[in-house]
Amino acid sequence: MTGTDMPEETKGTDQSTPKPNEQKLAAEETKTVEVSASAKPAELPKPAADAAKTAAPTAAKPAAPAAPKPAAPGAPAAKPAAPAKPAGPAPTPWASELVARFKARYGSGIKEASTYMGQNYLVVDESIVMEVLRYLCDDEQFDYCVDITAVHYPKREKQFDMVYVLYSFTRNERVRVKTQIADGKAQPTASGIWPTANWLEREAFDMFGIKFEGHPDLRRILLPDGWTGYPLRKDYDILKQDTGWVKANLGIESGQ
Amino acid sequence: MSNSSFYETDVQRQDGTFLDANELVLNMGPQHPSTHGVLRVVLKLDGEKVLGLDCVIGYLHRGVEKIAEHRTYAQFAPYVDRMDYVAAVSNGLGYCLAVEKLIGVQAPPRAEYIRVIITELQRIASHDVWLGTHVLDVGAITPLFYTFRDREEILKIFEKYCGARLTTHAFRIGGCQYETYEGFEKDVKKFCDFVEPKIDEYEELLTGNRIWIDRTKNVGVLKGKDCIELGVTGPVLRAAGVKWDLRKAQPYSGYEKFDFEIPVGTNGDTYDRYLVRIAEMRQSVKILRQAIEGIPEGPIMAKVPKVLKPPVGEVYVSIEAPKGELGYFIVSDGSTRPYRVRVRPPSFVNLQALDKMCRGALVADVVAVIGTLDIVLGEVDR
Repeated sequence: MTGTDMPEETKGTDQSTPKPNEQKLAAEETKTVEVSASAKPAELPKPAADAAKTAAPTAAKPAAPAAPKPAAPGAPAAKPAAPAKPAGPAPTPWASELVARFKARYGSGIKEASTYMGQNYLVVDESIVMEVLRYLCDDEQFDYCVDITAVHYPKREKQFDMVYVLYSFTRNERVRVKTQIADGKAQPTASGIWPTANWLEREAFDMFGIKFEGHPDLRRILLPDGWTGYPLRKDYDILKQDTGWVKANLGIESGQ
Repeated sequence: MSNSSFYETDVQRQDGTFLDANELVLNMGPQHPSTHGVLRVVLKLDGEKVLGLDCVIGYLHRGVEKIAEHRTYAQFAPYVDRMDYVAAVSNGLGYCLAVEKLIGVQAPPRAEYIRVIITELQRIASHDVWLGTHVLDVGAITPLFYTFRDREEILKIFEKYCGARLTTHAFRIGGCQYETYEGFEKDVKKFCDFVEPKIDEYEELLTGNRIWIDRTKNVGVLKGKDCIELGVTGPVLRAAGVKWDLRKAQPYSGYEKFDFEIPVGTNGDTYDRYLVRIAEMRQSVKILRQAIEGIPEGPIMAKVPKVLKPPVGEVYVSIEAPKGELGYFIVSDGSTRPYRVRVRPPSFVNLQALDKMCRGALVADVVAVIGTLDIVLGEVDR
């Protein structure tokens, strides 16, 4: 990485923008980075990051004062393990520059930024979730979408938790983005950001009945097309499905 | 066979027209032997050239994630073995680590070593199955017998260790159920000495083999950028030149104590993926030797309450399974049963890349590409 000289160069022109990658969060993460320097992920997001510098300089401003300290040279890989393990099982606030940047950019749209069991997550408002994901992918180098899934809470007004598990090769860091959506409300698709979202969202649709707006191919994926109901909803009755199927297809009473 | 220029004359015809006089829809599977289980692939062909394909999956869907919500944490553990049944131990390890994270317990060092040994043996076994069947698909029968002969030795060790060969349920939440048997270390050492020349044997059969090279070089190319976009992990990602392995990137179960390399390829084609997996088998042997040397004495179970009631919260824990990143996202509501278990299966995500890898290739290459992706349908469908 050219971490040593880059900040000096950029200072004159655009003081406010911290180089939106590597060290900052690596300081918190105790793990090593094993992505080879030649690998694509390292160079991929650079242009996007540069573009963002001009596009949204204000957003990054508040993070600047904190920026100088960890801009140390060399690989963040060799950071000594400083395990900041959370003591109790309660989530603790996740304080980092990434979060500071987010708070400045989206304000109250970021409802929560916490660490639980050493794992960081953001809870964001559903209206900005796509913006947040796009920003994480393009500017913060979370270029690998590990998983997209949902959790059903039938008693809540907004019944579903959408969970996006993201990983950054450059930072060797994971973050989960969560948002709450109501039943029947279409969620914009993330397949424009990561093509891998295609099947993951199809599965979420198949299992929870969450519709994804703009999805290129929203069909059931694991269950047959004619299936009724969405199995991973809490109110899905396995027994009723089973007896119903037996009756309809075999014409007898189910032995269940 | 195919060559690179063939790939460049690719797919001009993705204009939405599906069936004209030249296009043919071919149904491959779900009972085609080369689809490794019950994968159905609907191919759109122009002559023998693949214009695109659609995977039809779900034939093995058992609703594992739903079952989890109706079982206690300990009761669910054997179910995960049934997902990727050729690498059952890895599934179990991932699940145990996830629940341990949730309850804030760490397995004792000896248990970690046993876990590493069993898991690395399983990695070799899994790669053996992959190699045998993959090579069989593209036309060579001999390696199948070689690899299954060697896998048998591993299964024997498993059987002696925990009584089961395939769906072992070898680990428990908090450590291991079983202490190693008398002569375990000797058996593993013997196996290491046994298997290394055998890996050379596979290489002698294949690495310089003209037919093998013709069938695999520049077939099913997937570059690093595409891998990352598609979320593809494991040997497929490494063969594309991305040096990333969770055992190194975010070590778990004591992998940071072992000295091993991450083999990478350059072209991201089927041949490179073969080389990467072969090299991985050698690295696994290397880890095995170190683990056997360094295995400490001590307890094999951490203190885990009889009735597991993890505090309210959620965790995502993933491991480097033989096929890629295997993750568990578990939500606890404080009761004895998980509120939600989500499995992030490497095979499922990797299979999504099949379409991209096969466009412009020949039907025979589809067979090779399915083989090289190393999918297990039990894990794809869950």
